Amino acid sequence: MTAWLTRHIQTLIGSLGRLSKQKLATFLTMLVIGIALALPACLHVVISNAQRATGAWSRALDISVFLKRPTSVEEARQIADRIGKRRDVAEVELITAEDGLKEFKRDSGFGEVLDALNENPLPHTIVVRPAPDYASAEHLASLAESIRELPSVDIVQLDTGWVERLNAILTAVDRAVVIATAVLALGVLVIVGNTIRLDIQNRRPEIEVVKLVGGSDAFVRRPFLYSGVWYGLGGAVLAWVITSLAVAALKAPIGRIAALYGSQFEVTALGLADAGRLLLTGVALGWLGSFISASRHLRQIEPS
Amino acid sequence: MIRFAHVFKRYPNGREALRDVTLDIASGEMVFITGHSGAGKSSLLKLIALIERPTRGQLFVNGQNVAGVKRSKIPAFRRQIGMVFQDHKLLYDRTVFDNVALPLIIAGVRTKEIGKRVRAALDQVGLLGREQAVPLELSTGEQQRVGIARAVVSKPPLLIADEPTGNLDPELSLEVMNIFRRFNEVGVTVLIASHDLYLLERFPVRRVRLEEGRVVDEATELTADGPLLDPRKLLERERE
Repeated sequence: MTAWLTRHIQTLIGSLGRLSKQKLATFLTMLVIGIALALPACLHVVISNAQRATGAWSRALDISVFLKRPTSVEEARQIADRIGKRRDVAEVELITAEDGLKEFKRDSGFGEVLDALNENPLPHTIVVRPAPDYASAEHLASLAESIRELPSVDIVQLDTGWVERLNAILTAVDRAVVIATAVLALGVLVIVGNTIRLDIQNRRPEIEVVKLVGGSDAFVRRPFLYSGVWYGLGGAVLAWVITSLAVAALKAPIGRIAALYGSQFEVTALGLADAGRLLLTGVALGWLGSFISASRHLRQIEPS
Repeated sequence: MIRFAHVFKRYPNGREALRDVTLDIASGEMVFITGHSGAGKSSLLKLIALIERPTRGQLFVNGQNVAGVKRSKIPAFRRQIGMVFQDHKLLYDRTVFDNVALPLIIAGVRTKEIGKRVRAALDQVGLLGREQAVPLELSTGEQQRVGIARAVVSKPPLLIADEPTGNLDPELSLEVMNIFRRFNEVGVTVLIASHDLYLLERFPVRRVRLEEGRVVDEATELTADGPLLDPRKLLERERE
């Protein structure tokens, strides 16, 4: 068992040593793999950031409730209290028709025109802020529905439509990422497989000798599998570096955009779990690519 | 140890390398296969090492019918045979130690044990102390001895050598042959293909002559000096 383990570790280190003898070729192969892996990784970062951003927005969704006219201020206050007691409501704010008119006069610049009106055209308005735990689209819809059933309520305005549309777009993009990932993973397999195939051709005499002295297919294949693992690992590390650089470069400009929208939103890079997944994917693809290639091509080499 | 029963070998290009070869080699024997180039010597050895398979006839090696050895079992089969080649077939990017250790690594021997056995094998061929050299730093004769050390390091019961002295001068050839003889003396069956008759005449062992793929002559000749010759004395006599 220990001899077996020692052998594997020696082969692992040995194949790394062999790769390091051809630094440029090894680096280029890893870079190609890295670029192929960086693309889906970057898309993943974009998607998860976009989802986080829209998640923040949907939490900020308020429901505007317009009461029927005429409704007394007293009655409006009662309705606001009633809504405010609900579990799924975090906060309510009553804007009476009078307050609303004052605000409108101040902000709209139509002050004098409005003075000409005989009566206040505005209804009492209640602004309802849903509790964060109930901020999903379905909850908001059912909340709006139950508010609508209250007496004296005229219009309930809830604009979740654009959030839903954005979420639908993100879901579609998410699917596209899955497809792109699959295609690029196939690409990585081909890159690793082809590199290993060339390596096998270059080392043909050596392989023949090892087979002559009784090396099994598995024994001959092992160093190539480890080469594949190194290629995959190196590629994944480069992909991580590329993704991190991209995020670092975009952080400031996106922060500025967010600031202009009055948001604290900040772009986040690949998390620890995602980085681990990226490395594992690289290693697995490298191993699989070299396994397929080595199994195929080593069979054809027999001493003569 | 080895039994050929009416073995034929025809290559895909139509060349008939062996025709109706019947041959018995007992365990512990030392045998020279002689004949001109192309007489079938190499083919004979290739069949024994399962590098090629007989077209017809039966071949038993170490009690095993080679026809029953599946492709996946060939590596294990070859591990019981030590092979020496005219061109050494060493791995030139590795040290002498790593070259000799290869069969042991393949067999899964423990690291500590490997060091001991590699040094013992190198000692037997007179190369102890050269473990860390790379093959290209060695002379042809020394490279051949590394090849022999690699062939015997796992203590196989059978040693086959294809023109092991082909590239060596007479003195080195004699030295290499003596190494083979010493292994034979401790019970290893040794089979050497060679057309170097000048050399073979100095060793009193059984020889099998092939001609156009057939066994044409078998003789066990002893030289006048008896079976155990000191190579140095032989060389001195040559010079006189």
